[in-house]
This record gives sequence, C-alpha cells and structure tokens, in this order.
Amino acid sequence: MTSTAQTSNNDAVSGLKPDDEQQYLTFIMADEEYGVDILAVQEIRGWEPTTVIPNAPDYIKGVINLRGTIVPIMDLRSRFHLERVEYSPVTVVIILKVETERGERVMGIVVDAVSDVHSIKNSDTRNSPDLIEDLNTEFIRSLVSVDDSMIILLDVQRLLTIDTQLLNLASALTADND
Amino acid sequence: MSIDLSQFHQVFFEESFEGLDIMESSLLALDLTEVDAETINTIFRAAHSIKGGAGTFGFQQISGFTHVVETLLDEIRSGEREINKAHVDLFLECVDCLRGLMSDLQAGSEPDMTQADDLKQQVEGILANEGGSELTADASSGALKEPGLTDEKNQGLASGKDDAKGWKIEFIPCEDVLCTGNEPYRMFRELQELAETEEGGKIEVISHLEKLPKFSEMHPEMCYLSWTIYIYADTELSDMEEIFEWVVDDCEIRYERLSGSTQIDDVSNVEVIADIETEAEAISAEVVNKEAENSPAIVAEVIVEKPSENKKIDQKPTPAKSKAKSTENTSIRVSIDKIDGLINMVGELVITQSMLGQLGQEFTMDRVLRLQEGLSQLEQNTRELQESVMKIRMLPISFAFSRFPRLVRDLSKQLDKEVDLVMLGENTELDKTVMEKIGDPLVHLVRNSLDHGLESSEDRLANGKSSNGTITLNAYHHGGNIVIEVKDDGAGLNKDRILSKAIEKGLVQQDEMLSDSQIYDLIFQAGFSTADVVSDVSGRGVGMDVVRRNIAELNGSIEVTSNPGVGSVFSIRLPLTLAILDGQLVKVGNEVYIFPLVSIVESIQLEKHMLNNITGSQYVMQLRDDYIPIICLQDVFNTGANTKDLEGAMLVVVEGDNEKLGIVVDELLGQQQVVIKSLEQNYQKVDSISGATILGDGTVALIVDVSGLNNKPSDKNPDDQTQAA
Repeated sequence: MTSTAQTSNNDAVSGLKPDDEQQYLTFIMADEEYGVDILAVQEIRGWEPTTVIPNAPDYIKGVINLRGTIVPIMDLRSRFHLERVEYSPVTVVIILKVETERGERVMGIVVDAVSDVHSIKNSDTRNSPDLIEDLNTEFIRSLVSVDDSMIILLDVQRLLTIDTQLLNLASALTADND
Repeated sequence: MSIDLSQFHQVFFEESFEGLDIMESSLLALDLTEVDAETINTIFRAAHSIKGGAGTFGFQQISGFTHVVETLLDEIRSGEREINKAHVDLFLECVDCLRGLMSDLQAGSEPDMTQADDLKQQVEGILANEGGSELTADASSGALKEPGLTDEKNQGLASGKDDAKGWKIEFIPCEDVLCTGNEPYRMFRELQELAETEEGGKIEVISHLEKLPKFSEMHPEMCYLSWTIYIYADTELSDMEEIFEWVVDDCEIRYERLSGSTQIDDVSNVEVIADIETEAEAISAEVVNKEAENSPAIVAEVIVEKPSENKKIDQKPTPAKSKAKSTENTSIRVSIDKIDGLINMVGELVITQSMLGQLGQEFTMDRVLRLQEGLSQLEQNTRELQESVMKIRMLPISFAFSRFPRLVRDLSKQLDKEVDLVMLGENTELDKTVMEKIGDPLVHLVRNSLDHGLESSEDRLANGKSSNGTITLNAYHHGGNIVIEVKDDGAGLNKDRILSKAIEKGLVQQDEMLSDSQIYDLIFQAGFSTADVVSDVSGRGVGMDVVRRNIAELNGSIEVTSNPGVGSVFSIRLPLTLAILDGQLVKVGNEVYIFPLVSIVESIQLEKHMLNNITGSQYVMQLRDDYIPIICLQDVFNTGANTKDLEGAMLVVVEGDNEKLGIVVDELLGQQQVVIKSLEQNYQKVDSISGATILGDGTVALIVDVSGLNNKPSDKNPDDQTQAA
C-alpha cells in the first residue's frame, strides 16, 4: 500500500521543499478525501481481526498485536458517525504515531482506501467553517483544495488523544445513568 | 581542559549509599561484649571510602564530617578506645545524617549541615575528652579547617618551632597510579591539612622530573613524576600512612624523621599549590587528571573557608527540604555469573539459528524430523534465555530486609520493648520492581507487629514468656510465588476487640456471625485500628488497607492467622515477577481471556440444584458453605449477550480481595505462562482488565483482573442479568 501511495505522488519531489510545505498522506472515506501529516504515519496495513476490548465505545474495534505492541484500532467511519461498511480485503488500517505528554501513542485507524501523498503549503490551507455544530470538527485542522478537489486535513494529535477524554466522559455518564 | 567529574557523581552516590548500608548493618551486627576486629575494620573501610570519594569529588561537607567519624573509628580499630553502646548509637546517627547529606547533594540542593555540625561536635567531644591521644583529638578538630590564605601568614611566623620535628617522605608512585584513580595531589592536600593542624605546620613538595620522557613519548595516563615531601609538623606516622593507604602496595614510600633545623625557607602554602599547578601546566598532557582535580579543588577551598569563619552566623535552618525527585536512572548490579550464563545461552541460540537457517536453505520433506528437532531446541533456548533475562532483575530479598534490623532496634527502644529480630530466607530472589514496592508494606507490618503484636516485657513475663519478644521475617518460594511472612510471638489478635470495634464503626452488624478469618480480615478495612492510644508508630488506622492495596497492585495477596497468646503471622504472597504471569486460558464467546492462575480456586460444572436466583437478577451458587455470585463476562464486558443456559455451563471460581466469584466460561483452554503487555500505553486503563498478552498464534488476549471484577456486579445494569438467564 505504501508503495502505491508514493508512486502516484506528483507534487512532492523530494528535497527542495519550502519551509512551510508539509506532506500529507490522503485517504478516502465515504467519497471524501482526508489527509494526515505523513510524519505521523508509521505504516499501512490490511485489516485483520481484532481482540475486542470490554466496555469500549463502538468505534474502537479492539486491539491487535503489532510486532509485540498492543495497538488499538479505531474505525474512523463510526468515529465520524458515517454509515458503516463491511470490511473487505482492501480495507486498510493506517497506523499513526503521535507524541503525547505520556509518551508515544500508537493507534490504527480503519479507512476505506489510501489515496495519495500531497505536498501542501501551510499558507494554502483554510480553516474549516466554524458554524458546524459537530464534535467531528474537533479533529479537523484545516481544509485545502488540491486539483479542484477538497482535502480535509485531520489533527492527528487530537484524533488519537481526544478519545480518551471522551471515553472518560462517556463512562462517567453511563455510570450516572445506572 | 578539564574532565567533567559530575558524570561520576552518580556512581559515587551509589557506592556511598552502599557503604553507608554496610556501616549500618555492621554496626548493628556488632556484639559489644565481644567486639570483632574484622567488623570494625569493615565499618572503618566503608567510612574511609566515603571520605576519599567525597574528597575527590569536592564534597567537602561530606569528607569533613566523615573524617571525624573515621578518626574515632580508627582509635577503636587500633584498640586505643573501647567501643560502647553510646558510640554505636552515635555512629548510627552519623550514618543517618550522612545519608541525608548525600541525598541532598544528589538532588542537587545544598545540604543542611545543622545536624552534621552537632554530631561532629559530639564525636569531637568524645575524641577530646575520654582518653585517646591528645594529638588525634587535635587533628580531628583541626582537620576540618581548610587551608586558609589568611591563616598561613600567621603560621609562617611560628616557623621557628619547626626545627626539631617533621618528616621527609619519598614518594615514588608506580607509573599507572593515575589509572587506579589515586590522585597524588589529593594526597598532598591531605598531608597539608594534617600538617596544618599544628600551629605553624606546613609541607613542602619537591617534584622530581628526571624520569620525564620526551613529550612525543609521553603517555597521557602515566605518571612519570616522583616527589619528596617535607612535613614540618609533628604528625603521627600512622596518620600519614593512612593517606597513602591506597597506593602503598604499588608505590614506593619512604618515611624519614627530620632532625635538626629546617633547610627550607618559608614556603607558603599558596606556593605549594602553585608549584603543583605550574608543573601541571608544564606537563599538561600527562596531568589531565590532575588539572581536572586542581581547579575544582581550589574553588572548593575558597568556598568552604567562609562557613568555617562565620559558622555560627551563617547557619540558617534550611526550609522544608524540597525533596526534588532525583531523576537519575535506577541501575541494577548484576553478578558476572548471570551475565556469563546469558552469553552462553545467546551463543547456543546463535548455533541453533544457523542450524535452522542451513536446514531451511536446502529443505526437503524427509528432513522434517530434523526441523522439528531444531525447533524444539530453539524453544528450549528461548525459554532458558527468557528465564535468565528475568533472573537479571531478580535480587535477593535481603535488599528489602536489610533495613529492618535498624528499624526494629530504633523502634524497640522507642517503645521500650525488648525485641529480637530473626530473618530467614534472605537469599530468596525477587523481582527488583516487586522488591521496591514491597518495602513500605513490609515496614508497616513490622511496625505494627512491634507496636500492637508484642506485649511489653512485664506482660510477657507475667504470661510465662521470655521477656524478649521475637519478630521473624521469613521468605520462601512456594509454587511459583514468593511468600513473605512477618511473624510475632505476641498476644495475637484480639478477636473480641476487633469485632466490637467493627460493630462500633458500623462495619459489621451486631448479630452477624463471622468466622475467625473473617474477623481477622476486618483489620484490613480502611480506618480500622484497635489501638487505644494513637502513637506516632501506629494506631491511626491508616495502613492495613493501604498495605493490602499495595500488595494487590502487585498481583499479590495478604493473609493473617493468629493464635491468642501465641502470636500472629501475616503472610504476603507475591508473584515472582510482574512481567510474567501463570495464566489459565478460557474461551468466552469468540474471545480468549486469561485468568491469573493464582486467583483460580476451582473449576466446576454448574448443576441446577446449586443455582439460586436472588430477586430475579443475580444468580448465586451454593458452594459448600458459601453462596457465591455468578457472572457472565459478556454482560460485564458488554461484548454481546450470553446465549447459553447457565445449567451445565462451565464455571471458574475465582477469588480476589478475599471474595469468591463464579465466572461462566464456554471452554477451558490450556494453562501457560504469558508475558504481560500494557494496554494503557496506547489505549487507556480498562476496568477489570489488568493487561493484555500475545498468544502463540499472534493474537491478543486480555488478562482479567479478578479483584476488579469483584467490584463490578454492583454497578451493573440489571436488565443484562435477565437476558443472561
């Protein structure tokens, strides 16, 4: 998967890059293109069955063994409240890695397909409209258009850490309800 | 060019703490009626090393203080003075004080010298007043005085006295003296200090450069110099010998008494230092070490001078010690045997690997037998390697026990009880992490036994026991666990008192019937204490619950048994290591879970007559005398409804926090050792799950936290229960 992503890479000629340019790996989900900072991408894998975690929210599919490390897998479609699809042999998992205050955190996200690698100037990005009252906007860093199509750039740090807070919140709520 | 000595500070601190431990344990082991010279020597050597190290690294506070202690020890060692209980107490206080100073220095803060100065005066008092040669007493009090620039002029005036006394020392060090970590300059400095204890005392150092090779032939770590040292003071030969103690074996040292008048003019101390410095510069390549030593040393002298002049004014009590958590990495000392074993095993592993590699290259089906052989060998290698690596983390439990002789001694004095401490199984090995975490609970248990367990001497005599109480610490292996027992031969737990207290606190109902072990178990409840008087030793009722919680965090358990009038035994059971767990694999639905084997009581098949239903939601089962709740993991974990009928189902009875619990499982799989992996690292803490592991087929299985499950049924949705039925 990684190789397909890199061969179709047209913008990012290695080496001579202006400082404000960043490379993004993009992937497709429900006909929209999303991008994540390529430096946060550890690897891309095919979908494999997971071990279910007790009392986890439904977008956490479970954990897998990634060469001896236990890595949780998040379904990005259900995270964004999109319609679910059956996993197929081409369903891919992007393994993301971010630095948090507790150290490195690795997590996989399930997406429909990996698309491309784009070099994007920071100055070209636009903030997403503020008016949408949706939790999902929390994960969106900015929007950018490349070749007349829009790419939604995600904040990986948020994506990987915010679920912990939400989970805590959710468990607190359910505990109250009981 | 100077070497950053601070990189060695950590080693110095570690060694010094070890030295202090040695001093402490030797002091405690000392039998005052029959003093063993070797023990005294051990204490002395430890003190000496600390002093030497502190001097080298410029920790003048430590070296100055230790020096006084050492002087007293030396007098005892040489038989000039008999050691008595007061001395031992004082030494122990000094050890504590040094430990405090050292921790402060390690944390990078300025140590509080108030206690040290006080103790120093006490030791000096002993040295000065009760016998002992006048001179040593002088030396000890004066040795702390740093060579002062102002002092020395006055001393120079008194040089007339020097005529008839003094020493000439020929010091010809071996060439690699610097490599052994011995620094001639430091010795000269000590000699100088020694000399200056007397009015007008001084030294002169003449260096001989004859053997100095050409610069191009010079080896930077070799010492080509030799020295002649004149000491114009009536110092003791033994004091000087002591300074050269570390090099006496490899170097040539000749002492000669000076007679007649001085041949040398007034040579001020500054010049002496300057001399050495000039040399150092001239032969810069050779004296890398020396120079590094020189500059901090002089700076230190200047700084130290100040407090010695206005000691009294300058002393302000340091505000509440900011015990900055030292961020240093913890290290572990591993015996060379273990490392050698490990290297052997890795060697075998490499052989197996190459054998398998060869087999793989030209593999045909008829070699399948050899492949299997090779694989089983690989398995064996791996297991052995795993075991040895685990062993590296293992330390004898004496590391945790070593603090108790002191603790018991101090505490028994404080409580006015006579207590003997017996320690057994000190060589039982335990994982370092477990060891670190078990220390505090053990201390608490021992304090408790001393305070509550043992009666006072009068009571003991009245009950026909010997006046000395005994506390026994015992550690042994028992079926993959380590058991640590804290035993006392005191009065035993008072059942009635515990029960009445529990009723008073509302922990149990008035008419509740409790078995003995249930009553004893009450002492582990939060806020429970039967002590009538709250002392600073124990009695506040914080503790036993914390002890239990700490032990539970280590996957261990604690039990207490007690016999009235005979004593009580607290037994702690711990897994040998935190990284590996003996587990029972069970299948529930599509998932495989692992129960820690220690928590499993039994596995049974459910039968209808055992089953009871409470209020339609909670199933319980009669197991002999007990009713135990039954839960389905699917309900607790929300991983889909349980479709199976409870009747005829397989039930694993587990025990955590002394509560039994029946868990319905679909299938019992094998037992195996599993390596515990963290779920929290990339995810977060999950209730009732203590971790995850990777099974042989590469999939992840979760390890169930039994004590966590126990707290679970109460806050569960009752609707799920009815479904389960």
